[in-house]
Amino acid sequence: MALEEKSNVIAQPADNAKIKKLWTIAGYLFVLTVIEFIFAYVLPRGVLLYTIFVTLTLVKAFYIVGEFMHLKYEVKVLIWSIVIPSIFVVWLVIALIYEGGAIFNVR
Amino acid sequence: MANLASVSAEVPKKYLWSGGVSPLKASYGKLMMWFFLLSDAFTFSGLLITYGLLRFAHPAYEGKAADFVSSHDYWPIPERVFDAVPFLHGVSLPLVFVAAMTFILILSSVTMVLAVEAGERMDRKNVIKWLLWTIVGGSTFLACQAWEWAHFIHGTDQGILLSDGSRFFGANLVINEYGPPLFASLFFFITGFHGFHVLSGVFLLFIAFYQATTGVYERRGHYEMVEKIGLYWHFVDLVWVFVFTFFYLI
Repeated sequence: MALEEKSNVIAQPADNAKIKKLWTIAGYLFVLTVIEFIFAYVLPRGVLLYTIFVTLTLVKAFYIVGEFMHLKYEVKVLIWSIVIPSIFVVWLVIALIYEGGAIFNVR
Repeated sequence: MANLASVSAEVPKKYLWSGGVSPLKASYGKLMMWFFLLSDAFTFSGLLITYGLLRFAHPAYEGKAADFVSSHDYWPIPERVFDAVPFLHGVSLPLVFVAAMTFILILSSVTMVLAVEAGERMDRKNVIKWLLWTIVGGSTFLACQAWEWAHFIHGTDQGILLSDGSRFFGANLVINEYGPPLFASLFFFITGFHGFHVLSGVFLLFIAFYQATTGVYERRGHYEMVEKIGLYWHFVDLVWVFVFTFFYLI
């Protein structure tokens, strides 16, 4: 308390619209996870279910990186210098899943 | 407030090459955090893709998920492995506990972004409040993961019947009751590496909490450190979203 009294910095008033938006995004993330959870119970395991899972995960990732990490509002060059290298990951996924199938066939 | 990005727009052109202007309109520290996180994303991708490769290299379980019995011959269905919840011994509730952990981490991500928002307004009281909630969320997640590990290592009541007639319970790096040895190894590696990130994050948050409380950031004139730790914390949340999908759901 003693420390707080010494403070002479005046906080600016909170922007309620901005805070409300953050909670709304949290609500989206919550709902998307609930949907994934329900689908895990009701849908049979297969390509369709996996596609839904991956799509919903990418949507969640977009909200976390874009809004929470604020990347959506950075300059274009910064956005691309983060997003473009991720293409390597996509390539690695395809290459190694294929490779995994090949290992299975050899065994 | 003290946002370096807003400063750079007002600097006259002749000063552009003499420092004082941040490239990409983000401060040095934030930029480096972004590139560190990108490299960390590659590391986690490496681990998760290894999981995918090894899963495809093993025989898959054929049949209905409800009839699943664990065996060393095929890769297990994660939802049949992770179906335990604390205090509900013997009740099969697939994925309930992991989903709860996901919610906890998402919530702590929201409190973190609220701390960053308060920092931009130089609102020390709210920065302290939301940082504390984030620490609570992160610590709860770690506690959940400790329970998850303990349960995984000690195993279920039935265990698995070995060829010599004895039963094996739980998991280690050589053998486990859920499936091929690599299944347990990957569980330890992937969730362990992520848990270590959360642990580091909680330490960083605690330092930020301490410095915000003692007024270090106020004297410095900005709360950029909270922003940078926020980036790291959201990244840890992001990784968990992927781990949840690729390790627990699929």
